[in-house]
Amino acid sequence: MSNELDYLSRRVALGKLSRRDFLGRAAALGVTTVFANSLLSSAALAEGPVKGGTLKAGMQGGASTDSLDPATWQSQVPYKFGRQWGEQLVEIQPDGKLNPKLATEWGSSDDAKVWTFKIRKGVQFHDGKEMTPDDVVATMERHSDANSKSGALGIMGGIESVKKDGDTVVFTLKEANADLPFLMDDYHLMIQPGGGKDKPTAGIGTGPYKVVTDEPGVRHIGTKFPNYWDGDKRGHAEQIEIIVINDATARTAALQSGQVHMINRVEPKIVDLVKRVPGVTIQNVAGKGHYVFIAHCNTAPFDNMDLRMALKYAMNREEMVKTILRGYGSVGNDTPINKAYPLFSDDLEQRKYDPDKAAFHYKKSGHEGSVLLRTSDVAFPGAIDAAQLYQQSAAKAGITIEVKREPGDGYWSQVWNKQPFSESYWGGRPTQDQMFSTAYYSKADWNDTRFFNEKFDKLLLQARGELDEAKRKAMYRDMNVIVRDEGGVIVPMFNDFIDATSKKVGGWVPDGNQEMSGGYALSRCWLIA
Amino acid sequence: MSTPVLKLVAQRIAMGVLLLLAVSVLIFVGTQILPGDVAQSILGQSATPQALENLRRDMGLNDPAYIRYFRWLGGILTGNLGTALSSGQDIATSLKDRLWNTLFLASAAAVVSVPLAIGLGLLAVRYRNGPVDKIISGLGLASTSLPEFFTGYLLIYFVAVQLQWFPSVSTVYAGMPFGERLSAIALPVTVLTLVVLAHMMRMTRAAILNVMQSAYIETAELKGLTPFQIITRHAFPNAIAPIVNVVMLNLAFLIVGVVVVEVIFVYPGMGQYLVDHVAKRDVPVVQACGLVFAAVYISLNIVADIVAIVSNPRLRHPK
Repeated sequence: MSNELDYLSRRVALGKLSRRDFLGRAAALGVTTVFANSLLSSAALAEGPVKGGTLKAGMQGGASTDSLDPATWQSQVPYKFGRQWGEQLVEIQPDGKLNPKLATEWGSSDDAKVWTFKIRKGVQFHDGKEMTPDDVVATMERHSDANSKSGALGIMGGIESVKKDGDTVVFTLKEANADLPFLMDDYHLMIQPGGGKDKPTAGIGTGPYKVVTDEPGVRHIGTKFPNYWDGDKRGHAEQIEIIVINDATARTAALQSGQVHMINRVEPKIVDLVKRVPGVTIQNVAGKGHYVFIAHCNTAPFDNMDLRMALKYAMNREEMVKTILRGYGSVGNDTPINKAYPLFSDDLEQRKYDPDKAAFHYKKSGHEGSVLLRTSDVAFPGAIDAAQLYQQSAAKAGITIEVKREPGDGYWSQVWNKQPFSESYWGGRPTQDQMFSTAYYSKADWNDTRFFNEKFDKLLLQARGELDEAKRKAMYRDMNVIVRDEGGVIVPMFNDFIDATSKKVGGWVPDGNQEMSGGYALSRCWLIA
Repeated sequence: MSTPVLKLVAQRIAMGVLLLLAVSVLIFVGTQILPGDVAQSILGQSATPQALENLRRDMGLNDPAYIRYFRWLGGILTGNLGTALSSGQDIATSLKDRLWNTLFLASAAAVVSVPLAIGLGLLAVRYRNGPVDKIISGLGLASTSLPEFFTGYLLIYFVAVQLQWFPSVSTVYAGMPFGERLSAIALPVTVLTLVVLAHMMRMTRAAILNVMQSAYIETAELKGLTPFQIITRHAFPNAIAPIVNVVMLNLAFLIVGVVVVEVIFVYPGMGQYLVDHVAKRDVPVVQACGLVFAAVYISLNIVADIVAIVSNPRLRHPK
């Protein structure tokens, strides 16, 4: 690295040079933006965290109906707050690898059916009690209980029993699962004292911050937990606060006026405007999140494979990325998997917009009249525009799409996963197995395309128990082909996560696992003095 | 106070109570004819017929509608609004905080806007048809015509982002120092004031001008009172009834009609609370909020009626 660059990046870390100026000078020195950006983050990290202060985030995705019970979490705010006060056994890193968290090490039997997690010692809950393997067992039990309504019930379904053995916890599975440790990163599986069985909403965990104020739909505050076991790495600010700001304009204004230090969900439409605001940095990272058009494979008229194929060919993916995402994303290939996933096969042919093929399949399907697509502006940012674009591109293939705009309230309970053809989004999952198990396995709660494919199910279970990576990769390739060609999902685009930070934020780690630096922004970052 | 006044006041209050009962029936019927019932909402898509049946029996949903209505009404009269389906919290407790926040915002807006509107109205009458009157009326009309979200965003941009005088996010919480609280709500109060100002101001002006045509005003002029004395001493007291009417109407708006302002400024009031629960189809909360809104509306109107009655000398001093 040239000395000049080094010097400049440290100036940025100290807040004496703006990021934009740095990138400009770096470009003058002949360095690419990507490399310059990576220099910046390493410089900021090298400066070392600053302790103290109140770090505030303004976030979309909270309501007065939220609760502190991890089993109930669905939206961004309770879940991102939960990542600060609670912890799981493992944690997925930005590079997709697993890091130990409340488990120090883990391993499986040769058939991947029995997994043993060694539980970390000397970890304290916020109420002063020591975390024990019993708490881990109880937590797992609570989320596996069929009556628990836990959001993790789907992934816990494959577990036969969870037992304590000395200072380890042993998971015995019904079927082999090579990905089990990844499942343990699920945000519902926060280890709670006694599993949270007595008081699920107590908000007591082992995380760097303890809950002091919980006003659902308004604000959530945590203060630093002095006895946190990993205090050097996480939890730099003395206090953290999430303010629920569901209105996009209000969120941006709050960041600009300095009322909050970071915000989530900057709409692609306004990214270029926000970028120009002095002191504001756009933090965008390619992830596994994607926008979907979902048709129920078991409901007329979408039970007709030709009609589904016609609808897929009628989608102009490039146009979607360009118009809806303003380039902050990449085209999808009608499967929920992209190259951000491990074991991805990149030799799958990319489906392209082809009005002729769409018209051919449409004719073959024998469908007459219009196709009703339900949408709402909560489905994903720009969902209404996307529906209208789709209407246009489909019209060129002779397919009439009727767009019905549904009210945003009740969209997730009344339309998504209920109506046969609608728009929605997925945040992505750490592994292919998890993504497929959550939304494409025939028995999944969130099988929102009503995809019942025996061959697919069989492959899914087989791949899960396969410890040979090459074989697994081949199986996942087959599964992606099945979903792409037979499934009810149309994936026009994978979206970047776009957050924004003010100049007071240091230590931001680009993490494509979730928005807000993988969900850990508030405990990873610090306030630059 | 004389009997006819008392009688009239009692009548008005009785009417209000009856009206509130009628509204409660409407709210109850309205939520009953929505597709699905409470048991269905609780269990969601994974409901089995057996589970639905059990829950319906436990919650008494199989009883005839009128019995359920009286049970609900009985609960409300004893202060028991039930529990929210979505979060399992007691509705009365969470509603209380939200209602208090909404009332706080509304009162602050009223404290600013009512004297301002009436004062400006009086000024406009004093200098009627002159430039002062025209400017006041013109600006008032302009501020009312602009939608709340527009004035809201303008204020956020200029006052909060550029000048940084007041925060753009009006989150308030229990235990917040009073000064900070006032600073937090400065912008929403300004928006609300701008919205309701012109209506009240113009009604004040019209009502007083109406009275100014009377013979006794001419007498007052002849006995040498200054124009402002005439307005405040003779015209205003006789124009109170219509003014109070329009003030109450606007106060009611400040309480039940501020959803948009609450969303823009992220203010934790009733409107936001109601919207969240409508989104989750949380019927008991929606019913409770509906009833609270209706009660506020009706009582403010009763107050307006009573003030009109009491301020009417013909009723106060019957022959």
